[in-house]
Amino acid sequence: MKIREISEKLCADIVCGEDQLDCEVFTACSSDMMSDVLAFVKDQAVLLTGLVNPQVIRTAEMMDMRCIVFVRKKVPTEEMKCLAEEAGIVLMKTQMRMFEACGILYEAGLKGHVEDGVCDA
Amino acid sequence: MPDDVVRFCFDVDGDDFSSAGAASVEVKKRLRQLGISPEVIRRVAIAMYEGEINMVIHADGGKALVEVTPDEVRMTLEDHGPGIADVELAMQEGYSTARENIRSLGFGAGMGLPNMKKYTDTMHIDTEVGRGTTVVMTVKI
Repeated sequence: MKIREISEKLCADIVCGEDQLDCEVFTACSSDMMSDVLAFVKDQAVLLTGLVNPQVIRTAEMMDMRCIVFVRKKVPTEEMKCLAEEAGIVLMKTQMRMFEACGILYEAGLKGHVEDGVCDA
Repeated sequence: MPDDVVRFCFDVDGDDFSSAGAASVEVKKRLRQLGISPEVIRRVAIAMYEGEINMVIHADGGKALVEVTPDEVRMTLEDHGPGIADVELAMQEGYSTARENIRSLGFGAGMGLPNMKKYTDTMHIDTEVGRGTTVVMTVKI
């Protein structure tokens, strides 16, 4: 799925990374705990979260993620936007709640790769 | 051999949680410049990031030394924080002494040390209550 399709399906506004919307991604994960993202995630390209602080961007960068979707009307700060631009990560925001957003993307073919049999929220 | 070792040193600022991870981002960049494989870089970056977060949360910052030899990447994270009273307990997944405000920032789930061990080939913790903690981790190249 192209990142552009994610933004369309979630009625999301792009915050930064417009030039990377044609990147293909295949897997996603969702969590508000960055500790768990670091512990259980492997090879996911998209992070859905309701957490807003610079560590969200850094966590995604450490995991080589391509895109972060902020759910529940959360708005990333200017500092986060700058960090994401430097790291080449697309940021978008949607009014949808986590469960709804995940369900839509899963139904559309985006999968969650699960390591160690543990899944995210 | 001294000539075969590339060293990076970083001060980890303990005052500002929002800047935590800056050293790990820099290490990632430099390892990429050295042509290290993406999988090794990711393991180093995650372990270092967790260590950096720990130093900020628990120890008011510290120092990080990263050494790259032809065989491995070695990370030495040194702080002068409170030390770890029970290392075995601290290594248990889910055990955390982080305050509630840290959890609200998305950390403090008790996965830091277990995660550092998981992503590295060796990890050694030298700690003393009241003196501080030094963690040495290596990842084979």
